Amino acid sequence: MNPHRRHPLIFSSAMLVYVFLYAPIVVLILFSFNASRTNITFEGFIPKYSERVVMEGSMVKSSPCGPFHWFCELSKNKEVAEAAGNTLKIAFTSTIISTIVGTMAALALQRYDFKWKPFSQISLYIPIVIPEIVMGIGILTLFTQLFGIINNSLGLTGDSRLSLGLGTVILSHIAFSIPFVTLVVQARLQGFDKSFEEAAMDLGANEWITFRRVTLPTILPGILSGALLAFTLSLDDFVITFFTNGPGSTTLPIYVYGLLRRIITPQVNALSTVWILLVFSVVLLLQWVQSREQKQH
Amino acid sequence: MLKRLRENKSAQGALLVSPTMLWMVGLLIIPLLLTLVISFGKRGPDGDVIYTFTLDNYIRLMGYSKDCANGQASCFDPLYVQILGRSLSLAFNTTVLVILLAYPLAYFIARAHPKRRNTFMFLVLIPLWTNFVIRVYAWMMLLRTQGVINLILGWFASLLHISFTPLEMLYTPGAVLVGMVYEFLPFMILPIYTSLEKIDASLYEAAADLGANGIKTFARVTLPLSMPGVVAGTILVFIPVMGTFIVSDILGGRQVILVGNLIQRQFLDARDPTFGSAASLILMIMTLIVTYFYTRKFGFGEEIVVA
Repeated sequence: MNPHRRHPLIFSSAMLVYVFLYAPIVVLILFSFNASRTNITFEGFIPKYSERVVMEGSMVKSSPCGPFHWFCELSKNKEVAEAAGNTLKIAFTSTIISTIVGTMAALALQRYDFKWKPFSQISLYIPIVIPEIVMGIGILTLFTQLFGIINNSLGLTGDSRLSLGLGTVILSHIAFSIPFVTLVVQARLQGFDKSFEEAAMDLGANEWITFRRVTLPTILPGILSGALLAFTLSLDDFVITFFTNGPGSTTLPIYVYGLLRRIITPQVNALSTVWILLVFSVVLLLQWVQSREQKQH
Repeated sequence: MLKRLRENKSAQGALLVSPTMLWMVGLLIIPLLLTLVISFGKRGPDGDVIYTFTLDNYIRLMGYSKDCANGQASCFDPLYVQILGRSLSLAFNTTVLVILLAYPLAYFIARAHPKRRNTFMFLVLIPLWTNFVIRVYAWMMLLRTQGVINLILGWFASLLHISFTPLEMLYTPGAVLVGMVYEFLPFMILPIYTSLEKIDASLYEAAADLGANGIKTFARVTLPLSMPGVVAGTILVFIPVMGTFIVSDILGGRQVILVGNLIQRQFLDARDPTFGSAASLILMIMTLIVTYFYTRKFGFGEEIVVA
């Protein structure tokens, strides 16, 4: 029996699911070349070459950017640039902190015995078993109540008042990322052969050198995939950010959601297309690096 | 003191875990407790919280109001109970549909040539990494009256010379269901694939040697061994669907209101955090009860971490 044989029914249903997964994405990309500015119907592609400029009525007559009109508009959009900047700032900061903190916790939970261990382990499952909106409004309530007390008791006014912003978003993103990092690193540590560490110690390495030269390289793939997970969770997060952001900390998902209340131009599609291409190239790059590593071993 | 710490393994462990616990307690456990406290409070004049102890918010959620005490005949308003029920049944339907769609694909990938498995899996992950809000928005373009699906259907109809009136799909419960299934499908494919891939190929050979045909092998070997993946996927799909408000907000318009929408509006539009807190507590309790009974029956999904 060939284990890789394809049952035609399985094959065709799998292909249909792929079509389902990609149909909206294809439409998104297609609409970013839409000649209509309302984005409700597709009115053909933007004409290729021309020097005459921009919009007349609801159609893009011609544009210096040709079919890439909406991409040009996007590049001029300051709000998008700011939102993209915030998204990356938040993602980088929260990934770095949650990776370090989460890895420390994974080591503690896997290697040490201490009083609160069962409680610590269970608390990591909270973000998985509780709907995100519950966490979001809980954190919002905490910050507003806390800031209210602090602002009133210290008599802070104007700009010095504590308020929601980049800081609160980053703190919240770290909170929901840590459990994922910890659980991934813990899974990696479970398969770790302790005798390697013992051998290093026998050869005279102290604890720090053993950790740096033996333990860390072994669990590094786990740490990296935990970090990647934290990064994508932060980039993609809508709910927690929605409740914890303030003026000046709008992220791309929040910006797009805000746009949905108005008439949207295909700029949003151009934005999505750039986003998809970026993610796609990062994924391809990672896969390439991974396959090279596998060949070396 | 440093020397004592060096020898005290227990203190080292506690020290390593302490930053994590700072976040878990500070930003998860305390907020949850605060939500509980506030849900028994009263709304102040500016949408602030007056800390008292009253069950009003919960009584209102169950469909009764204070006026009921005056002996009115029709004081029961099932609005909020209906919202809770609608969320529960939508989450249930979504989960079942997602399992039905995810299983064949996961099975297909797990049985594909090992060299191609990663590529097939990446194809599942790429839509997931396209932002959640953008993906929901894309469905708007598909489902609209002048949208892509109607365009294609109309085109087919004109080929066959049939008259065609565009279907009204956007802002219906069906649209919300499609959006939910789309959003959470990858979260089911991943764990099912992981558990299918773990199955030892020799088990299939053994089944074949013992005379089992394809269907029997699937029912007696493959399906039971992939159950941990299905359980993990169900947890990863059911819980977020219960709380999501974007899909119903964008694809359901004002027609389909779920618990998530109710909570969001209490906090941002109605400015009644106490009622919103009560609703989110009920949401949490409902999901925990369902998850508890489900996992007690099938076991906690061990594939969650891998996903």
